[in-house]
Amino acid sequence: MKNPRVLRVAGITTAAILAVGTLASCSSESGGGSEERSDVLNITLANHVWTDAIKESLPEFEEQSGITVNLTQLGEDQLSDQYNVKLNAGTDEIDVMMYRPLQEGKLFAQNNWIADITDQVTSAEDWNWDDFQEGPVGATTFDDAVVGVPIITEREVLYYRTDLLEAAGLEVPTTLEELEEAAAKIASENPGVAGFVARTAASAAVTQFSSFLYSEGGAWIDEDGNANLDTDAAKEAYELYGTLIREHGPENVSTDMSWPEAMAIFTQGNAAFYTEADSLYKNATDPASSTISDRVGFAQFPAGAEGSHPYNVPSWALGIAAESENSENAWEFIQWATSQEKMLEIQQAGVPGSRISVWEDPSATEDYPADLVEAINASFEGGVGFDRPQVISVAEAREIVGLPIVVSITGGDVDGAIEDAQAQFQEFLDDEE
Amino acid sequence: MSIVANRKSSPVAVANSQKNGRKKGPLDGFSRWANKHRKWVLAAPAMVFTALLIAFPLGWTLYLSLTDSSGSVRSDSEFIGLQNYGEVLTDFDRFWPAVGRTVYFTGGALAFEMALGMAIALLLWRPFRGEKWVRVAILLPLVATPVAVGMMWSLILDPNIGFANQALSWFGIPAQPWLAGQDTALTTLMFVDIWQWTPMVVLILLAGLTSLSDEPDEAARVDGASAWQRFWYVTFPLVMPVFITAILLRGIDALKTFDILYATKGKGGGSFHEVETLNVYAYGLSFDYNDYGMSSAVLIIFFMMIVGCIWLLTARKKRSNR
Repeated sequence: MKNPRVLRVAGITTAAILAVGTLASCSSESGGGSEERSDVLNITLANHVWTDAIKESLPEFEEQSGITVNLTQLGEDQLSDQYNVKLNAGTDEIDVMMYRPLQEGKLFAQNNWIADITDQVTSAEDWNWDDFQEGPVGATTFDDAVVGVPIITEREVLYYRTDLLEAAGLEVPTTLEELEEAAAKIASENPGVAGFVARTAASAAVTQFSSFLYSEGGAWIDEDGNANLDTDAAKEAYELYGTLIREHGPENVSTDMSWPEAMAIFTQGNAAFYTEADSLYKNATDPASSTISDRVGFAQFPAGAEGSHPYNVPSWALGIAAESENSENAWEFIQWATSQEKMLEIQQAGVPGSRISVWEDPSATEDYPADLVEAINASFEGGVGFDRPQVISVAEAREIVGLPIVVSITGGDVDGAIEDAQAQFQEFLDDEE
Repeated sequence: MSIVANRKSSPVAVANSQKNGRKKGPLDGFSRWANKHRKWVLAAPAMVFTALLIAFPLGWTLYLSLTDSSGSVRSDSEFIGLQNYGEVLTDFDRFWPAVGRTVYFTGGALAFEMALGMAIALLLWRPFRGEKWVRVAILLPLVATPVAVGMMWSLILDPNIGFANQALSWFGIPAQPWLAGQDTALTTLMFVDIWQWTPMVVLILLAGLTSLSDEPDEAARVDGASAWQRFWYVTFPLVMPVFITAILLRGIDALKTFDILYATKGKGGGSFHEVETLNVYAYGLSFDYNDYGMSSAVLIIFFMMIVGCIWLLTARKKRSNR
């Protein structure tokens, strides 16, 4: 070849660009005529028990409204990435979006990726926006504009093995101190069984650690908006969470566990106590997924130095993509999916919702384990409306405040990690201002 | 005389005389030019298309790297010059450790894959019974999806229920943290990469080996060279261009490894960022932090590193071709 230089440059650049083209993929967008789509509604939902329940009812909605639903269902992380890519590119391919108000709400609203639906929610009188719980409504409101309708709420509760407690002659722990003692006793009496298990990955553990933090009297951010991780209460919480897993947790515990891994350890009968969101209770009580389905008990989150303060949050909401050309149909779908009848039906199927009237209806929870209902009701009082720092870049904040959790789990220098996290978190908050 | 007459009536001469006598068309000039440069003309559409595919993402990423773009790429952003590059290059918490991990992962995986690949290719070089079955078995990891491979190895290496620790216990060896350990995770993933991609190296080297002539090897054998001497002084130098091609292909692939790291350790490369390479870091900056300016700066630096490596290797290959 006489022209190796040119070809080599072209070849090298092509090879290299293939490795670097991540951002460019953000800009790919395919069109679609709006006329064609007027009767086709594109909804994007997360893999969740709520989605399973609503999917079954979709034919009912299609028949009633004459709208054809085009459903995309993804895992949490994939869903989040999909929104980032498509909404960044200004797509009109998404009409209804299921999103996490506490994780992405501020970001989506700030970027104008999600539509303001204040007029729709306030003018739909029969649908009754006032029937939604105040905390969740607050989480889906940004600068006084409503951007989403909360569909699922959750609180942290204590999951435990009734048989192990009974064998050890223990009462259900009501304080974190009692929890640690009970976990230690059961672990020592039952080789191969951990006393306690919970999430261990830095970012994933933050939400479940928050109830420990609040119950010990701590907070992520103080009243003046400054980082608040180096208080005695926060140190106590970080130490306790880490000690419970390090001293009384599973052997060879990894620091990558989110809820599926931790839940698997509990449901395989390998742990006595587990603190997790109540909305996941079916994973533990369903014989198809749990070997201890008939031996699971539930209790209110144990009290710390300042009482029991579990999070009580809206975990998912439905919104309308700002660029959607089908917003009327999107709103019709949201109204239907969040109507009192549908919410009651889904709550009966095991998904705690956000309507006050549904919670007041005894039939909504009659199939729930009685002790779980008791734990949920007890969690409303003293519950905290957020389980992670309330900032725009939540993912980054979670990594910062979550690091002392894993340092504590691995038995490292917790005080040093808290000091670093405090400085980093303060810098992060200053940057976000 | 007869020679001259023959020349006059030759077909070429006739054609030339006909052509010269023809009236000139408006496209004749272009036609002549196109004919002269036909290899470029024919390749032009593909080259333009490829150039656009390359130019747009590169230009856009370069532009973003000079701005404070964050949140949404469509929202207003300010031109801040080289500030992002300054921040990235002085970031000793995330960027430089990620560079170190990228070099460690790529270098380690590449060294093992090339050595192992060459050894296996040499074993498969000469025909033997059951050769086809062995080749199929060796190629199996290559055809698996990296994400599926990641999930499979996550299960095998699970510290509590995984097969790997169970197998160790049969020999009385204590359980290892594998992917769960802060110090062991990246090395473990490097070996998963070696498991999956060595077959590709085998494939390339085997193609190179089978294309070699037997004569130099036989001559060396006649001269009394040992097997090692024949390999080191005859076969290896001859197969060197193919060897460098394999390093090039696998090196680029290993540098940009993402799927297996993400599938096993998730966002951020684990709680302590223990497997966070440059790719994982840039992905996190884009998709978790929505910090497009910084992410683009990291990607541009990464791009320069890749181009530099390829340049060095192709220069080496050119020398070995001479």
